[in-house]
Amino acid sequence: MLEYREVSPDELRKAAAAIHNGGARPLTAMFANDERGLDGGMAIYCLFADGDKAPFIGLKCRIAGEPWEYPSLAPDIPAASWYEREINDLFGIVPAGHPDLRPLVLHENWPRGLYPLRKDFDPRQPVAEAATDYPIPDVEGQGVFEVPVGPIHAGIIEPGHFRFSQAGENIINLEAKLFFTHRGIEKAVEGLPVADAFYRAERICGACTVSHALAFAQAVEGLAGAAVPARAESVRVLAAELERLYNHAGDIGNLCAGVGFAVGISHGARLKERLMRLNERVAGNRFLRGMVVPGGVAMDVTAALTQDIAGVLHELEGDLKGLLEILHENNAFLDRVNTTGILSTRAAVDLGAVGVAARASGVNADWRRDLPYSLYPKLDFKVPVYHSGDVAARLWVRADEAFQAIGLIRQVLYGLPEVGGELRVRLPELPAGASGAGWSESARGGNLHWLMTGKNSTVYRLFVRSASYPNWPAVAVAAPGNIIPDFPLVNKSFELCYACIDR
Amino acid sequence: MLKMLRKIIYTGTVTESWDAAPVPPRFRGAVTVAQNRCANCGRCAAACPTGAIAITGETLTVDHRACIFCGRCVEVCEQNALQHNGDYQLASLGEELQTRIRRILGRSLAVRHVDAGSCNACDWEMVALSNPVYDLQQYGIDFVASPRHADMLMVTGVVTRNLTQALRMTYEATPAPKLVMAVGSCAASGKTFGASYAIRGGADALVPVDVYVPGCPPRPSALIYGLMLVLDRLKR
Repeated sequence: MLEYREVSPDELRKAAAAIHNGGARPLTAMFANDERGLDGGMAIYCLFADGDKAPFIGLKCRIAGEPWEYPSLAPDIPAASWYEREINDLFGIVPAGHPDLRPLVLHENWPRGLYPLRKDFDPRQPVAEAATDYPIPDVEGQGVFEVPVGPIHAGIIEPGHFRFSQAGENIINLEAKLFFTHRGIEKAVEGLPVADAFYRAERICGACTVSHALAFAQAVEGLAGAAVPARAESVRVLAAELERLYNHAGDIGNLCAGVGFAVGISHGARLKERLMRLNERVAGNRFLRGMVVPGGVAMDVTAALTQDIAGVLHELEGDLKGLLEILHENNAFLDRVNTTGILSTRAAVDLGAVGVAARASGVNADWRRDLPYSLYPKLDFKVPVYHSGDVAARLWVRADEAFQAIGLIRQVLYGLPEVGGELRVRLPELPAGASGAGWSESARGGNLHWLMTGKNSTVYRLFVRSASYPNWPAVAVAAPGNIIPDFPLVNKSFELCYACIDR
Repeated sequence: MLKMLRKIIYTGTVTESWDAAPVPPRFRGAVTVAQNRCANCGRCAAACPTGAIAITGETLTVDHRACIFCGRCVEVCEQNALQHNGDYQLASLGEELQTRIRRILGRSLAVRHVDAGSCNACDWEMVALSNPVYDLQQYGIDFVASPRHADMLMVTGVVTRNLTQALRMTYEATPAPKLVMAVGSCAASGKTFGASYAIRGGADALVPVDVYVPGCPPRPSALIYGLMLVLDRLKR
């Protein structure tokens, strides 16, 4: 259960800045909730990662009535900027004094003045096609030109629109228009029993399936006051680390695609395929869907599977080492990745960056260690940190983490509690009107699900903060100063999800 | 350089036939119904997150296009009437597929991907088709960078409001005769996330679909099965 300090709209900005303290406690989530039907008013919630006494310090600001407005936090806390634009889009609550209050989630097709996450908005009501604008700032000067790219790209990747302002080959400014795959999932689960909503939460993102399933399940279990069986916790960690491993192995290969290094691409793709097939044997699905369920896990790891996993890891470890040796010793490759796409430590802290991107820029943070959950406090692993903030640093963080993941999988495989134990507890009815959070460190960083319950164990409001959310603005900071042909490489080195943030 | 050559030689050829990947025992493929055991209790239909199960009279049918293969119906069935089997070859042709088009396309196919609002899982499985194990090019099928070079669009995801224009424009930019494949449950049914202000439906809510490939996501061999089906190249 989370605790929130209640503040008035006038006090919010000062209180938030004091907790945030220049980034010492990163702003991890900020969202609105329409509570007019509960105690009247709209509420703004801010969660700051702490980890000292409690995982999060919460602030709740109630706005009693119109005008739906509060003073923007973005001037003090740059990481608040996107959250506030989203709140403005979806709830029509205005962060007064926001330096850049353009639309974010809703595009030109959405009529102004209609706020889909307010409770009085019926999700089934037809919404007419609109033609408003989605302004992208101009960069002016002699010889400056624009290169528009996307949303449909040349390769098989997710949709985003990038507008590069160029002086010759050099990027001066990058504006990213995202949220093309916005499905309105947070609204689509409202009113559903949490047991049904789970399947939608699990499908927010393919590559972060386990992480989202785990975060949602933990939020539910926290509200139910239920303890997950020990063996199920082990299997959860196993699934989460298998997810990290296939992502990292695949992303190392994909990064080679950013420089056209065919040998690296092929080996990376081959290793990933091997892991995807292992996933299918473990969970019946190549993305490990169906393994984590609220209350535990759906399947056990049999003795035969234990042997299977250990065998694959044994071979993969040497195989991946061999691939990394090739990358480490290839000067043509190193030339491209070293000093490319630098994200400074200051920028990473200001934007609240997480995961691989943060750890490659000198930010020593990992939710598995700092905001402990599941079995991680009992397991032995290192958190690799690099300081150069470039493409190479993000690559080497991934490489080190892949081997740490192998180590973690081995620890749970050989430390599994006795076979035959319970795998899943039955969850009691959830208290109505309660709120809590679940979180997990995905291959890209921390994913957080904040859940408020309605009557009969239904979802009143779900807010999902994915790791890619604070990291996307970091891409726009890392790209300028590089040449435009290096952008795919910089982008691949962050390897962020669109589906995760668009949701 | 020597290490690189050594690794290439040591690894050898890893390419396999498209249907060579074994189907593991836990794999959740087609849902089969033992009608004689079914008690008609309706639990499965109520439990299905996407409404893929329909009961008419005493007959229970599963719409595989809408199924997300989550296993919940099998779990709640007290009569053990429902099972997931290992069948992943579930692609089916839309009503409007013209055999004439297949004749024109012959033995090669150029494919453009359109993410219409996917979770990226289907997209990653499409990426896997180009890995050295599946090596899609061995079948004369290629992914191309522009719809203007394409014979077929592979559409992933439910169609979102924000991608409506992009899907329409991509379809229009593809020269006729053209084919559309709806990849995965989202594109094939549009029901994965229920009703939403941001979702229009499946791919066929916007463009005519010629082939549907169920799965959440479909494994790579299920995608190649769908491609072979549309090209009429399956061994009979």
